[in-house]
Amino acid sequence: MSKATVLNRLHREAGARMVDFGGWDMPVSYGSQIDEHHAVRRDAGMFDVSHMRAVDLRGGPPAPRDLLRYALANNVDKLKAPGKALYSCLLRGDGGVLDDLIVYFMREDWFRLVVNAATTDKDLAWLSALVHERASQVTLEPRDDLAMIAVQGPQARAKVWAAIAGSEAVAAALAPFTAATLSSPQFGELFIARTGYTGEDGFEITVPGAHAEALWTALRDHGVAPCGLGARDTLRLEAGMNLYGQDMDESVSPLESGLAWTVDLASSRDFSGKEALAATKPARRLAGLLLCDEGGVLRAHQRVHTDSGDGEVTSGTWAPTLARSIALARVPAAVADGAMVEVEVRGKRLVARVVKPPFVRHGVALVS
Amino acid sequence: MNVPNDRRYVDSHEWIKPEPDGTVTVGITEHAQAALGDLVYVELPKAGRKVALNEACAVVESVKAASDVYAPVAGEIVASNDALTAKPEAVNEDANAAWLFRMRPDDAGAVGRLLDAAAYSKLIAEA
Repeated sequence: MSKATVLNRLHREAGARMVDFGGWDMPVSYGSQIDEHHAVRRDAGMFDVSHMRAVDLRGGPPAPRDLLRYALANNVDKLKAPGKALYSCLLRGDGGVLDDLIVYFMREDWFRLVVNAATTDKDLAWLSALVHERASQVTLEPRDDLAMIAVQGPQARAKVWAAIAGSEAVAAALAPFTAATLSSPQFGELFIARTGYTGEDGFEITVPGAHAEALWTALRDHGVAPCGLGARDTLRLEAGMNLYGQDMDESVSPLESGLAWTVDLASSRDFSGKEALAATKPARRLAGLLLCDEGGVLRAHQRVHTDSGDGEVTSGTWAPTLARSIALARVPAAVADGAMVEVEVRGKRLVARVVKPPFVRHGVALVS
Repeated sequence: MNVPNDRRYVDSHEWIKPEPDGTVTVGITEHAQAALGDLVYVELPKAGRKVALNEACAVVESVKAASDVYAPVAGEIVASNDALTAKPEAVNEDANAAWLFRMRPDDAGAVGRLLDAAAYSKLIAEA
């Protein structure tokens, strides 16, 4: 039995096609997923991301920061100003990726993590063990009481200002990857972060569950298009962003998953997985593929033939902004950007070019 | 779902419309297009190809997934709707009109033994 977010009733009333995603009953699309994709690239769209879990870390300084300094592969000490966010992997001791997450530094006694839906229980067990070993004064609170709505697109800001009284005053000055809180008379205590998973500007807004329907409805009434997981996937792939469980998981190193930029091996800080990663040399890398031939669509698990050996597509799709097929693929490390490869698509070998993601940013194609 | 009475259906969600000249026109149902979502690629059989019953003879790919289309009867392909190659979304717009291919059945009586509209409607209601 799938779990339902507090917005489930509104999705069903809107006629959404629903699917199980990470144990949650979620909308794939409300009509055409390509139309929803374009709404985000050209105007503004919103996603129910309440299946993702906010987890608050609290405790007397410096305990929360000390714990995260060890728990996260990225360096939490990059977070100096309150509200600042950081993308990071959570690594096992052997360097396998337990999850990818965003950590927000709000105060020295309050950090917030936002983790993936399917990995929430595993992450909490892992973090609880670390707390028990290293920082027993830190408390971990999964915020099941909160819902989350991502509003994305070039018109997202203006539509959020119109839908949420007081939002402009607290959020207009937010730099990318920062967050602020707002006590809204309409919608309760909001946590507004200038983050997203689409390659467009916008916000991820955390709202008390009791106010989520009202916020969703207000945004919709201000012209923000409801969008499902289908569009979310094509948007994130065009933006060159990984999906946990598909592009990386516990069996692969972040250094073979396009995430070396998030792994801080340079500083003297010790963190979970560091020793294992420092001791190995990546044999593979995650590359972007742009399909050159007609004849199908790139999909996960298709075999990739290169001059340096075989690889595999980890995520593939039709890219509506580019009107062609794109993919992320794990290939031998020697395969350079610009190389031509062949992908097995339903028994045929189709030619694709290796490119450096992202494919699209802020509505603009970066590859051709 | 619009399930017209002028044609027959199979449980793999193709429709089969008998034509006056003894050929049949084949497409995918509204139910199938809705499940697939936005179509972005189609691959159609060439005229003259002989196909067996249930042989995969066309492919429709949506953003989400690739799906084979099966020959609902044995026979010979006589035409394909090549306009779809440039405009696969026509199937989403009107699946009952956007045909994929036309074939001449080996057994003229085969089509009459397929599901009628009422039986197919019942099938998708239970799915």
